[in-house]
Amino acid sequence: MGTTWYLVLSALLFAIGAGGVLVRRSPLVILLCLELMLNSANLALLAFGRNLGNADAQVFAMIVMVVAACEVVVGLGLIVAMYRRRIPLDVDEARELRG
Amino acid sequence: MEQVAFFAGAIGALGGAIAVIALRNPFYSVLALVVHLFSLAGLFLLLHAEFVAAAQVVVYAGAVMVLYVFVAAYVGGVEEPLWDAIPGQRILAPLIGAALFIELSIAVLGSGLKSLGDEGEVIPAGFGSPEAVGRLLLERFLIPFEAASLLLLIAAVGAVVLAARRPAPVDRGGAA
Repeated sequence: MGTTWYLVLSALLFAIGAGGVLVRRSPLVILLCLELMLNSANLALLAFGRNLGNADAQVFAMIVMVVAACEVVVGLGLIVAMYRRRIPLDVDEARELRG
Repeated sequence: MEQVAFFAGAIGALGGAIAVIALRNPFYSVLALVVHLFSLAGLFLLLHAEFVAAAQVVVYAGAVMVLYVFVAAYVGGVEEPLWDAIPGQRILAPLIGAALFIELSIAVLGSGLKSLGDEGEVIPAGFGSPEAVGRLLLERFLIPFEAASLLLLIAAVGAVVLAARRPAPVDRGGAA
């Protein structure tokens, strides 16, 4: 399989994730869409790494996974905090930083 | 054979991704993401990234998704309102997504790189094995590795601080 196939698939997944961030309102689903975008970027990285025969891309992908895990942990912590304080879980409602 | 595996993985990944944004219940969205991540791990295997694929299944589809399932169950099914916050949001957002896909595809296909059309270089034996990736992580990329571990520590502490149950606010204005 040519690398182009993987790259186009990665572009499609990224576009789906970006459309999801724009169209959904629940912060939980928006975090899921961010995961989609990060994973599509990982797919592109690994496809290029395979194409060049260079394993550095795999280390890069691992670091992306670490950053994604951090983002999930902080984001889910925020969602739980919002839920505890009875703030509606809707990104259009929670548009002010002021608590 | 490889084509079959690629298209099976691609269909699973695309179906999972579409289900994530299309399902109304966040709990089902999380389960769709698990399907997506498993399919993606299969694609990583095709790209000879065995260690990354294993980490994807164990860390992502295992640990991170358990966290998501827990929070989705804790928060409960939140009904999203049907009205648009921005007029035409439901029509404009897919259009912007499609424009992004077309732009990325033009960038990839229009680059005209010959090597993108085929498999790529001949890879050495043991490419993507835990040994090779571990050697790179602990020798050449030691500083990014340590920085990542520090980042994880900060994120863990931050999550505990954010989600901790706060004591009831003290009445500071009252008589002592």
